[in-house]
Amino acid sequence: MTIADPKAPRPDQADLDKAADRPEDADQWTAKIRTAAVEALPPQRMLPDRQPAYVASWIYVFGVVTISALCVVIATGFVLAIFGPNWWHVSSTGLFVNSLHLWSVEIFMFAMVVHLWGKFFMAAWRGKRKATWISGVVVFLVSVGAAFTGYLSQQNFDSQWISTQAKDGINSTGAGAIFNVTNFGQMIMWHIVLLPLCVVALVGLHVLMVRLRGVVTPFAAKNETPGVEPGAAASEVQA
Amino acid sequence: MPAIALVFTTLFGALIDLNKPGNYIHWGFIQMSYGNLIVIILMVVVFFAAILIPFKTHKSKEGDR
Repeated sequence: MTIADPKAPRPDQADLDKAADRPEDADQWTAKIRTAAVEALPPQRMLPDRQPAYVASWIYVFGVVTISALCVVIATGFVLAIFGPNWWHVSSTGLFVNSLHLWSVEIFMFAMVVHLWGKFFMAAWRGKRKATWISGVVVFLVSVGAAFTGYLSQQNFDSQWISTQAKDGINSTGAGAIFNVTNFGQMIMWHIVLLPLCVVALVGLHVLMVRLRGVVTPFAAKNETPGVEPGAAASEVQA
Repeated sequence: MPAIALVFTTLFGALIDLNKPGNYIHWGFIQMSYGNLIVIILMVVVFFAAILIPFKTHKSKEGDR
């Protein structure tokens, strides 16, 4: 690492955003990573003020609804983790937070499926967006696992019933040797540590990729010139 | 029981009896609870509503970029 000269003139902010503090620092790994990150993910594209005109449809809302529901899921999950099963089964406040956790998950899965249908019928993997589509599919599958281990972590007769029913299915796949659905300690750790981390990381990656490529354009109408993307038109709407 | 809870219990209790094992539909090899069927129907309804209902926007003025 080069020690900076405090008397040297400071570069402009714009230069700092894209390059090293000093030209002689440009070959350092920190400068290389920062430069590559700013070039790949410019801040103005990460949180845009305007969207293309074709985004003005309710079908584009369900991705944000899914993320909003995920925020409520995580917040209520934190509260449930603080006070524990005796609280969420017995006290009225605990029952309320437990219900918030359940219903926010219901909205999360509901909105995610409608989002999936919308993106499927507009073939949202077009325009180098295959990785975005695949990451969405993986988030969906991991979310199913997170919800399933949540049902196993309720600490009531329902969770006992589900675990004993599910063990035969899991065992038939051969996964029962390492994933024991009747092992509460293992299931709660999957539910509150491993799977939420995966879901949040994958959702973050998914959103980054959406911002990187932009929202997929609609299919061209029959009388439009092939190859011209309607979304490429100048009209925009405020976010 | 609070009055609002009584109203909901009376309304929905008449439609779906939650005090017994769940009701299931059997379409050939397809077996599904009414609860899951209702959620799927709701998702389809919301999907088409999202496509058909106009979305109010703040249109850009000419040259306002």
